[in-house]
Amino acid sequence: MTLAGWLLALAQLVVFVAAAPLFTSWVKRHKAMLGNRRPASLLQPYRDLRKLFAKEIILARTASPVFRLAPYVVFGTTALAASVVPFIVLGSPMSVVADAIVLVGLLALGRFFLALAAMDVGTAFGGMGASREMMVASLAEPAMLMVVFTLAMVASSTNLSTVVEHLLVGPFTLRPSLLFAFLALLLVGIAETGRIPVDNPATHLELTMIHEAMILEYTGRYLALMEWAASMKLMLYAVLVVNLFVPWGIAQQAAPVALATAGVLLAVKLALLGILLAVTETAVAKMRLFRVPTFLAVAFTIALVGMLSFVILETA
Amino acid sequence: MISTATLTVIALAASGGSAITSLVADSRPGVVRFLAFPLLAVSGIASVLVALSLLTGGAGFTFEAPLGLPWLRWQLHLDALAGFFLGIIGLVLIAVSVYGPGYLRAYRHKPYSLAVLGAATGLFVFGMQLVVLAADAFTFMITWELMSVASYLLVVYEHLESANRRAGLVYLLMAQVGAGLILLAFGVLYAFGGSFSFEVMRGVELSPLWAGIAFALALSGFGMKAGIVPLHIWLPEAHPVAPAHISALMSGVMLKVAVYGFVRFTFDLLGQPHWSWGVTLLVAGSITALYGVLYALMQHDLKRLLAYHSVENIGIIFIGLGLAALFFGLGLPKLGLLGLIAALYHTLNHAIFKSLLFLGAGIIAQRGHEHNLERMGGLVSRMPWTAAFFLVGCISISALPPFNGFASEWLTFQTALQATQLESGVLRAIVPVTAAMLALTGALAAACFVKVYGIAFLGQPRTRRLRHAHEASWGMVFAQGMLAIMCLVFGILPTTVVVALEEVTRPLTGQTLAAAAREGWLWLTPVEPAVASYSAPVIFAGVSIALCAWGVAYLALRDRRRREPVARVDAWECGFGPINSRMQYSATGFAMPLREIFQPFFHITEEQVREMSVELPTLPVRLSYHIHTEDMFWAWFYRPIERWVMNGARIVARIQTGQLRHYLAYSFFTLVLLLWLVV
Repeated sequence: MTLAGWLLALAQLVVFVAAAPLFTSWVKRHKAMLGNRRPASLLQPYRDLRKLFAKEIILARTASPVFRLAPYVVFGTTALAASVVPFIVLGSPMSVVADAIVLVGLLALGRFFLALAAMDVGTAFGGMGASREMMVASLAEPAMLMVVFTLAMVASSTNLSTVVEHLLVGPFTLRPSLLFAFLALLLVGIAETGRIPVDNPATHLELTMIHEAMILEYTGRYLALMEWAASMKLMLYAVLVVNLFVPWGIAQQAAPVALATAGVLLAVKLALLGILLAVTETAVAKMRLFRVPTFLAVAFTIALVGMLSFVILETA
Repeated sequence: MISTATLTVIALAASGGSAITSLVADSRPGVVRFLAFPLLAVSGIASVLVALSLLTGGAGFTFEAPLGLPWLRWQLHLDALAGFFLGIIGLVLIAVSVYGPGYLRAYRHKPYSLAVLGAATGLFVFGMQLVVLAADAFTFMITWELMSVASYLLVVYEHLESANRRAGLVYLLMAQVGAGLILLAFGVLYAFGGSFSFEVMRGVELSPLWAGIAFALALSGFGMKAGIVPLHIWLPEAHPVAPAHISALMSGVMLKVAVYGFVRFTFDLLGQPHWSWGVTLLVAGSITALYGVLYALMQHDLKRLLAYHSVENIGIIFIGLGLAALFFGLGLPKLGLLGLIAALYHTLNHAIFKSLLFLGAGIIAQRGHEHNLERMGGLVSRMPWTAAFFLVGCISISALPPFNGFASEWLTFQTALQATQLESGVLRAIVPVTAAMLALTGALAAACFVKVYGIAFLGQPRTRRLRHAHEASWGMVFAQGMLAIMCLVFGILPTTVVVALEEVTRPLTGQTLAAAAREGWLWLTPVEPAVASYSAPVIFAGVSIALCAWGVAYLALRDRRRREPVARVDAWECGFGPINSRMQYSATGFAMPLREIFQPFFHITEEQVREMSVELPTLPVRLSYHIHTEDMFWAWFYRPIERWVMNGARIVARIQTGQLRHYLAYSFFTLVLLLWLVV
């Protein structure tokens, strides 16, 4: 809880926020390659962001202050949530400030404002996107909390840093509960970040879009903040999956060598996860909207089975 | 320093005085604004001061009123639990009394008596204050009935509408059945202790069977008032039809008085709870929470929707109480204490944000003449203050950080996660499943309040009346602002609240949460700092930074905005011509995906009417679509009961021949029977 700790947390957050568009672009690049298309440069999202920040803003006549405030809240809460997730080094002071339940709450707060902003202009698309997003979220959030509860029970702590440390330090045991939690978190992550098969980030087809429908009316720096927040959220779930279930390599002390190794290892792990995501997105078709509840119910059930297998099999 | 006894007397005298002075309101309407509501405010302030004094370790008092039966004086006792609930009553009462005068202006031209309203409101508050102070079952029941009957008068206040009379009847019926069950619960303790006094009841040792019976009676009796599914049925009928400030008092406070009664009975009078009670409460609480939120999603009437959310939140409170009973029953009092504190914390929070939302709904009804969500819209630009405060209420009730609803749900989750310490594998599995239900409830509540806020306040106004609505009077805005600030304060200072709540729970349980505040006011660490910690102030600071970023960007770009103002254009309409307000998503449309998913839980009647043109029979000229969701328990539970009662009555009615000589014969035989019994 020292000044150095806070500075390190801030530095991690800056790296996280800066690297988020890169991860999105990495996934996009591999999707393009798998689809036999020529990929754009890895730095393309940064150029887009620069362009959007410089552009003028055009607002709908009916837009209220909620519409203008929402991008900042969405970006802010996502960044705050990102600072809670163990990234390169463990024991960040932010992980004591907010535990995993608060993390879920922060993401929910961002989503609340995103959905409100979508309904603000009063177009049918916005309402549609908000309605669908809240439907997906209201089923995905409990599943996410189930995963969190399973991890919390395994490590007897809801503090994410402690959870990772517990998994890292303890003797390696193949726990069925963690396997289930891992699967469930993958499914939840796909739904929450709006990836195929739940939502398609590359489409503007009214029948299928969820996230894009919500930010349809945004322009300029507002759009930039929204896009950036979305890529941060994708990165957040990716880091969560990687660091919770494959934590080996994460730095436990803030020593330069450990930090460098941890950074490189994390980058490799994220790169692999990104490729995996690109492959699944290429191989799987988007689901019909009303199949999504089944998908999320499966995620919830898997998470629940994971938790039950912990409380019944693994504690005595 | 005024003693708590004096303050309590002031609180009671002021609310009673408010009832009496209101009696002349019909001939002198000024009384309501200049005397009745200020007196209520005084009563509220005095109640809050009593609560503050007790929660910071002040002493309570015992008082014997020269009322009641010769051998049984009314006994009043103020302890920390009573003080806490008195404080809840006070907080909401202050807001209501600031809000009331402005709100009642709309009633000036209505054919209803202000005297009845003022007198019933005063009596209602007076009754609630006495219920929490009562120290014997006799006083408790009388003041409980006073509260019920006064609130009945308030529910049927606008009695010219037949729906209100029906709602009032359902309410009165349920309130009386509930009171009967509570009376029986006290009866069990009286039978074994031989006294109505709580002091004696506390010492009664019951056999497990009788304790279980008393618990079941208390749960159904108090549950009926609190709105436990399936006994909640009166709640969505009665709460919406009362005037808005009364709805705030009923939903915000009266339900809490029922929670008080239950906590007093189960955790104070009955003593050590059995673990099976905890399981019962957990199951009842989870079902109530989920059921409430699902039905809230289906409502279009704003106040009815809020009433279903009260059902949901009572479920959450009972989940906390269930965890408390479970852990106490299994000999883990530290965790039980945590559950109890979570439940009490949520009780406080719900009182605040639910009153806030009901007051907001009242303003929409008064200024926009609308209570149907489907016809609202665009209020954020018409009533910006109300919109801002209502948003705070929506965020709080959706349990989002850093507001107060999140803090108490977080504590409930933390308690549930300690289930790993339990011995029994079955219980270890049940408790987390409850937590899962709670998680689902919270997420659905967020969806519901996106719907409420998005439809009512954002977008474009759907009716002409709403387009001309304007901001409420300053008193009404101030009342909401006060509650909104409390939502934030109780959200970012959870440690302070928990420490204050320990004063309430320590006399009940003899336990303290040593770990809770160990790290100072900044950190809430309910179990151990290593197990879980939450620093609401830091999260609040984080969110504030985002808001400040907006402010800075706004100010920094001021010059640029002056040079080139932000272009305002019409939203993209896909090239089909201008968008109108009817093209927006409707509340029904918004909830449709969730309605499809949870279809088995609803009784939905849909009706589509298509009127065809007279000239061209294939050309539709008018389309109308109606959807109605009826509470499932009407068909499952209440109609069958109604049928049995009616059939039974028909059988009994055979002896009612209507001929005088038969009645004389009945009297004669009864007398003979009684004489024979006496002799």
